[in-house]
Amino acid sequence: MPEYVHNHGPCEQSVTIHRMRSWSVRNARWLEVVYGGFELVLRTINPVFRLIGYKRLDKLFVAVEKIIKVSLFDSQSCGQCILSVTGMSCPMNCPKKIRNGPCGGVHVDGTCEVDPHMPCVWVLAWEGNKRLRVDEYPIQIVQPPVDHRLLGTSAWMHMLQRETQPISSQTTANNEV
Amino acid sequence: MRFDDEPLVSGEHLPIRSDHDSRGRLERVLRAGVFAVTAELAPPDSSYPEEVYNRAAMFDGHVDAINATDGSGANCHMSSVAMCALLTRRGYSMVMQISARDRNRIAIQGDVLGAAALGVCNILCLTGDGVEVGDHPEAKPVFDLDCMSMLNMVRGMRDDGQFLSGRKLTSPPELFLGAAANPFGPPLDYRPHRLAKKVAAGAEFVQTQYCFDLEKFRNYMSAVRDLGVHEKVYILAGVGPLASARSAEWIRTNVPGVHIPDNIIRRLQGADKQNEEGVNICIDMINELKEIEGVHGVHIMAYRQEHRVVEIVERSNVLEGRELWHPGVARDEEPALS
Ligand code: SF4
Repeated sequence: MPEYVHNHGPCEQSVTIHRMRSWSVRNARWLEVVYGGFELVLRTINPVFRLIGYKRLDKLFVAVEKIIKVSLFDSQSCGQCILSVTGMSCPMNCPKKIRNGPCGGVHVDGTCEVDPHMPCVWVLAWEGNKRLRVDEYPIQIVQPPVDHRLLGTSAWMHMLQRETQPISSQTTANNEV
Repeated sequence: MRFDDEPLVSGEHLPIRSDHDSRGRLERVLRAGVFAVTAELAPPDSSYPEEVYNRAAMFDGHVDAINATDGSGANCHMSSVAMCALLTRRGYSMVMQISARDRNRIAIQGDVLGAAALGVCNILCLTGDGVEVGDHPEAKPVFDLDCMSMLNMVRGMRDDGQFLSGRKLTSPPELFLGAAANPFGPPLDYRPHRLAKKVAAGAEFVQTQYCFDLEKFRNYMSAVRDLGVHEKVYILAGVGPLASARSAEWIRTNVPGVHIPDNIIRRLQGADKQNEEGVNICIDMINELKEIEGVHGVHIMAYRQEHRVVEIVERSNVLEGRELWHPGVARDEEPALS
């Protein structure tokens, strides 16, 4: 195997990131509540956003969302957030980009098949799911494939726009659950 | 195994039954409640069709279906669609594996239609190993889909007659859909739920990773039964002969997802002829697995030991006297399934 493939050892920065990911999952229950509350606030003031115009707010939304989600969940900003389904573990950190994990290759100690220096994000997602206050695990919902047009955009913005637009004009029709 | 509506020309497809999704023999056998046997065959590193025919002929009369792997272990071989095309024309019942690692949704949907047109009746959707473990670690991993979204997509092509985009097909593919399952990978308590999720996504049969740890597998199956999933999907337990204690050690450290407990390695070490013992272990496993409620068959993965599959099937008596169809078998010689 060429050296450049697996040379990223557990550097200090990635250890911190992995600790943070585990922390968000351990605290999935209240984080999910707070996160849900935050989305509700956004929805409530949605008419104001609409008045200002989504286009004008786009950059601001992307920036704010990134700061919050990257710092809390090591989010990769896919623009179609499913953190509430994955027990607050961002699935885009999975090297195979699996939206319905975990794969069969997880190591016995729960580390990732592809990058053994990190815990499998879907093992964390299951841990997070078990901490949610729900009857049915949301991880069981079959997720559609990623819409690559949305990468790097704001998932909140899409959520708000969806609420105000008629169903027929939504761009992500085939990407809904 | 002969059915009462066997086609006149040996090797042609069976007629489709109203409650079936495909014309294939595998679906027929499983839905008839028979304990099925499938085996895995890696396509050759060759462009010579005889190599494919010779490989498949090794299993003649001993398996209900043959899996054509799709770049397994992220190593390059002949494509699974090509191997299936060659073999379905001779009447073999093929399970075409598709890995999400190498192709995006446009290519995969094209292959599904093409494969169905060429006579493939069974498709097995996989996420696939990472490129890092294979012989082209510098390749671009695609992973546009995962096994679940692929299952869902192919089911949509079959049942709704449309592409993922919603565009209609003029003639939907008739397919029996499969998936892989690893009962031994962490998180163990999620694995039965994951199987349920695969069924929800469209899986009608699953083939599991190698079973060497019976206790873990029994626990898994009991959780699967508690969820009632064993009644919604045919479960084929994965088995295979280990060549030696050393190769078992190598496999468990290097092949993602394979769990081999120490007692198996010790049993191999203690044997005079380790490869014979590997076959014995495989036969013992089959006999144990057959007794577990909810197991509908075995899937034999004998990579580089394909010549031992016949011996395994015969000595384990897993067919219980069933005579299987294979090319060249005369129509009249086959006993009918009553
Ligand atoms: S082990 Fe987990 S994180 Fe790694 S590739 Fe598999 S699902 Fe993704």
